[in-house]
Amino acid sequence: MAQIICRDLTLGYDNEVILTGLDFRVDEGDYLCIVGENGSGKSTLMKTILGLTPPLSGSIEWGEGLSAHAIGYLPQQTLVQRDFPASVREIVLSGCQNRPGFRAFYKPEDRQKAERNMERMGIADLSKRCYRDLSGGQQQRVLLARALCSAEKVLLLDEPVTGLDPKITQEMYELIRSLNEEGITIIMISHDVDEAVRYASHILHIGKHVFFGPRDEYIRSDVGKYFLMQEGGGEE
Amino acid sequence: MSEMLGKLAYYMEFPFVRYALIVGVLIALCSSLFGATLVLKRFSFIGDGLAHVAFGAMAIAAVLNFTNEMVVILPITVVCAILLLRTGQNTIIKGDAAIAMISVGALAFGYLIMNLFSTSSNLTGDVCSTLFGSTSILTLTTKEVWLSVILSVVVVIFFIVYYNRIFSLTFDENFAKATGMKVELYNLLTAIVIAVIIVLAMNLVGSLLISALVIFPALSAMRIFRSFKSVILFSAGISVVCALVGMLISILAGTPVGSTIVAVDVAAFLICYFIGRARN
Ligand SMILES: Nc1ncnc2c1ncn2[C@@H]1O[C@H](COP(=O)(O)OP(=O)(O)OP(=O)(O)O)[C@@H](O)[C@H]1O
Ligand SMILES: [Mg+2]
Repeated sequence: MAQIICRDLTLGYDNEVILTGLDFRVDEGDYLCIVGENGSGKSTLMKTILGLTPPLSGSIEWGEGLSAHAIGYLPQQTLVQRDFPASVREIVLSGCQNRPGFRAFYKPEDRQKAERNMERMGIADLSKRCYRDLSGGQQQRVLLARALCSAEKVLLLDEPVTGLDPKITQEMYELIRSLNEEGITIIMISHDVDEAVRYASHILHIGKHVFFGPRDEYIRSDVGKYFLMQEGGGEE
Repeated sequence: MSEMLGKLAYYMEFPFVRYALIVGVLIALCSSLFGATLVLKRFSFIGDGLAHVAFGAMAIAAVLNFTNEMVVILPITVVCAILLLRTGQNTIIKGDAAIAMISVGALAFGYLIMNLFSTSSNLTGDVCSTLFGSTSILTLTTKEVWLSVILSVVVVIFFIVYYNRIFSLTFDENFAKATGMKVELYNLLTAIVIAVIIVLAMNLVGSLLISALVIFPALSAMRIFRSFKSVILFSAGISVVCALVGMLISILAGTPVGSTIVAVDVAAFLICYFIGRARN
């Protein structure tokens, strides 16, 4: 069942066009990886899907029963001021707020969920610490835990492993895969094409050449071959 | 000491002094609640901007001879708050510049209107007391006291009910929006509530000093505390204490109410600053 269908999408800011004629769809349970060079518009695409940046033209259709209330999102950068007073627990809990309908306070199950996701990300012992006193990698994990709290059906991740050490990075990929196996749709932007190709079910490559299709086709395609060789060669 | 207490007890017999204390404490409480959010969203000067708008509106109301000035002041201030706090991409003039423009513009026009049309014999005194709030807190009628009490209760309830949303909006508006929160609606509500607080607070400290009432408690709390909840609770507490202490000093020493409260707030900030330094 289709969850997100993008038709003839043109991305950009104000009158500056970044990408035109983008067509793709995401079905329930897909694991879509978005790859492309720096500045090719990956983050912009994700923000457009989320409704944070209006598309210049084209349409984004959400499948039945799917709304922003079932979405988890990890931004590439969260511009939080350095002096923001907020504890890790407060931030993770705020991911539980997206349930439909108005509730003023958190329920016990929200707290359990936050607790569980903090454990998953290995930050349970930091829960009372102030966000601004954490290292970059720790902050990333806090925001991931928040995204996991709100991801009911779809999880959008913009370069989730930036700043994480190799061990946590591997755990992260495993975690994302297990979430996907539980039925959560994953849309992830990644610079690590090898990993992307290993886990994803579909690839969307944007830039000068655009490719959208299943992973296997991507590996066989010219764009894919070229990009994989180039990127793969650059990394150890 | 006993002489001071005696003097205090003597003043307490007057209902208008008791009213002033009650209303002062409530206003201090309300204005501190949104302080952290405004400071963190880089809107520290919104208090000033709106207060000057309210001053301009008050001048218009006075010239038009409205008996109930609130009818004019509140709507105008609310509209300006909505315009200023609208954090869309479509705003032509960005945040701080817009606030500065509206703020000084309203101040200039307010004074101009008062000067041209006022029938009062003591214009300078009038202007001074609206700017620095010298006596209006002591001349509250019972009706105004009740109005302040009701509005304060509404503000506090609003804050408690929307506390979690306010946190999300302050911390990461994009995430809140992406995950389905009606960000525009909550921004609008917040703007309205802030305008109400500013109009209330004008009675206590006057237009020029309102920002102090809004931001000092939050800044003090942020020196010491590191979670949002503790910052909010502490700033509410310290704001109430400072307002109370300031008003008592001003009664005993005969100093102007508004500036005394702000002076106490500044002192509290300095103490918190050094406590914060010592902790790290
Ligand atoms: N807020 C903005 N206003 C105007 N232009 C922007 C804005 N954000 C990004 N851009 C431009 O849009 C283009 C695409 O940016 P985007 O962040 O989507 O790239 P990206 O593919 O995510 O890159 P990276 O791999 O570095 O994360 C860039 O040329 C950038 O300069
Ligand atoms: Mg990006």
